[in-house]
Amino acid sequence: MSGRVLVGVKRVIDYAVKIRVKPDNSGVVTDGVKHSMNPFCEIAVEEAVKLKEKKLIKEVVAVSCGPQQAQETIRTALAMGADRGIHVQVTGKDYETLGPLQVSKILAALAKKEDAQLIILGKQAIDDDCNQTGQMTAALLDWPQGTFASEVSMEGDKLKVVREIDGGLEMIKINTPAVVSADLRLNTPRYATLPNIMKAKKKKIANVNPADLGVDLTSRVEILRVDEPPQRQAGVKVETVDDLVGKLKDTGRI
Amino acid sequence: SVVLILFRTLLSSYRIEMERFADEADVVIVGGGPAGLSAAIRLKQLANEQEKELRVCLVEKASQIGAHTLSGACLEPSSLNELIPDWKERGAPLNTPVTEDVFSILTEKYRIPVPILPGLPMVNHGNYIVRLGNFVRWLGEQAEELGVELYPGYAASEVLFHEDGSVKGVATNDVGIAKDGSPKDVFERGMELHAKVTIFGEGCHGHLAKQLYKHFNLRENCEPQTYAIGLKEVWMIDEKKWRPGRVEHSVGWPLNRNTYGGSFLYHLNEGEPLVALGLVVGLDYTNPYLSPFREFQRWKHHPFVAPTLEGGHRIAYGARALNEGGLQSIPKLTFPGGLLIGCSPGFMNVPKIKGTHTAMKSGMLAAETIFAKVTAEDVESETAGLHVPEYAEALKSSWVWKELHAVRNIRPSFHNYFGLYGGMIYTGIFYWIFRGKEPWTLKHCGLDAHQLKPAKDCTPIEYPKPDGKISFDLLSSVALSGTNHEGDQPPHLTLKDDSVPVNRNLAVFDGPEQRFCPAGVYEYVPLESGDGMRLQINAQNCVHCKTCDIKDPSQNINWVVPEGGGGPAYNGM
Repeated sequence: MSGRVLVGVKRVIDYAVKIRVKPDNSGVVTDGVKHSMNPFCEIAVEEAVKLKEKKLIKEVVAVSCGPQQAQETIRTALAMGADRGIHVQVTGKDYETLGPLQVSKILAALAKKEDAQLIILGKQAIDDDCNQTGQMTAALLDWPQGTFASEVSMEGDKLKVVREIDGGLEMIKINTPAVVSADLRLNTPRYATLPNIMKAKKKKIANVNPADLGVDLTSRVEILRVDEPPQRQAGVKVETVDDLVGKLKDTGRI
Repeated sequence: SVVLILFRTLLSSYRIEMERFADEADVVIVGGGPAGLSAAIRLKQLANEQEKELRVCLVEKASQIGAHTLSGACLEPSSLNELIPDWKERGAPLNTPVTEDVFSILTEKYRIPVPILPGLPMVNHGNYIVRLGNFVRWLGEQAEELGVELYPGYAASEVLFHEDGSVKGVATNDVGIAKDGSPKDVFERGMELHAKVTIFGEGCHGHLAKQLYKHFNLRENCEPQTYAIGLKEVWMIDEKKWRPGRVEHSVGWPLNRNTYGGSFLYHLNEGEPLVALGLVVGLDYTNPYLSPFREFQRWKHHPFVAPTLEGGHRIAYGARALNEGGLQSIPKLTFPGGLLIGCSPGFMNVPKIKGTHTAMKSGMLAAETIFAKVTAEDVESETAGLHVPEYAEALKSSWVWKELHAVRNIRPSFHNYFGLYGGMIYTGIFYWIFRGKEPWTLKHCGLDAHQLKPAKDCTPIEYPKPDGKISFDLLSSVALSGTNHEGDQPPHLTLKDDSVPVNRNLAVFDGPEQRFCPAGVYEYVPLESGDGMRLQINAQNCVHCKTCDIKDPSQNINWVVPEGGGGPAYNGM
């Protein structure tokens, strides 16, 4: 086993920022807007670094797909403890339509190239909320998957994953190599401290072209229109139950 | 101080490593605004020109350069022309030359136009309307290209001293401390950055500058600084109303003649019909019932302003204190191991309402004088940290000082019975005609915090309800600033005495902090246990404007820097 873990990190609009739709309804405004690492990706990085600190794996490689600014996100992962980074360069229209299908193809190709033993991803990104990349990557590689992980432990060459599911918690044991997607309660990510950011500047980030990985970035999805959610209407107070029934009938609810 | 001692004791009880990682640079700069970045750029320009090695590190509490920058702004390009003459080729975002300049006195329903005669300080010919946050971001890119190490997201929280009392550098704050002061699992100690000279460019009312004033007694020969709060919004308006390059300023309504302040409305020309608008209110106001935020919201309804906004929608909001003390309030600028630049000591030209060009120049002069000293072969220093008094001398013989000298009496001239009108008459006579050459220098009135009258002597102001189209409520405005802080950390708005808010601020002044905070941080809420009130501090809302630290009548609120990366997420403000 190579002892190498691939961690995917995505640069997304910071969760506290108020999103604004572009005037032409083609997407949301991103220029100059505060971005940060997707919170679930932070948890994924933290888990990978923890596994390395426990000496269960040997190397953590942080991967991000996007334009030049993706390097900032990789640097944060490096500052948290990843050993090196891979920046898969995707720009312009390709970046606008980049989605789980393309990213999972990229990750699968990289996993083979880097002889990865484990891929840890965030369960979903907070901008598109797709929750697909982990699952698709596992399928493309024909690897087992442990998604919505709230606990991960290694037992020899098997992985024990506790999954957060609707009914409660499910514990599974899967073979490695495998794909794990991190849920909220998996861990609390560490801060990227200033000394570590300084050290991270010396760690390597390799630049890779998707074409070199044999990946076709064409999207099967075309975004027709993006709109703001409808304005919340004020509620109406009623005095009696009869009034309530009357109003429900009026608006065709019953 | 006491807090640090208690914290260290707490740390040792948790057996946490006390030592901090330390690194050495030649120059450390606190603050990534126009002043700090100009200093950084100038230092590296000189180092590269003369092929000298110079490590310049800049720390900035915002998560990205420009995220805490807020200004009107009408930029005078003089300093930029000097710093980066080929700024246009390099893509500096100065896209909107001023084409129209309008000044008015507003009454509740009408507008009195005031001709802007050449020679008056508010003439804007040759200037550019800019989104200062974007300009600062561009300066950051220039700095990085030159080799400056920029570290946004890290807050300098402590000044470090050598044994001989000179400044050794700064330390960033410890992170991962819970609300109750105990270290969390993710606790990390801050880092020490040591330098031969530390440049402090924290902007208006910096918190480290406060400590330095005390430590080195820098304010013993100057007047206290006086301030204003500037509230600002950016709107996307109906294209039919858009007049790119148009600058509008007004004084008068809704402020009464004894409350200093005025409005601005600038039409940007960057492809979209955007306007930047806001209200500046002098923080020497006397009525504790005054709410700068609500004055701003109601000003937008004026018949001269509302039509521009009708059919448009608001896309940004923010606020920041600015200094108004001018020449009289500039402290001693240098001390062993460091110096102060920009709006921190305060070089704003108040009647021009411009401080960026002077801030940049101060940063450039700091860089030039520091570079000469740091690279000189035979430098003899009495102290381990280098003292660079040449910076203050260079500033005093530069155009910055001449400019500030000429306008020094304008702001204080408002302290007369006729208020605004007396001030305008004074400006007309002594500035326009005599160019500020009168031999006297007027004084300010003392600390802004001491100007509030007791609530019982004042009349509450009836503010109109926000209509949700032109005017808005406070909390939806704060949400637009994108401000956020890690929730589980000690509140960074500290009280020196916990009993003072209810016993004095609320009892005597009806809790003015509920009104002057533009972010809804302070609320007086009823006690769970029966009667009485308590002060609730919603620290997460803070937009780092510093108004509370300035205007608290009891001077009980002490703003300290929260974990780096927290605060507003302004985009081109």
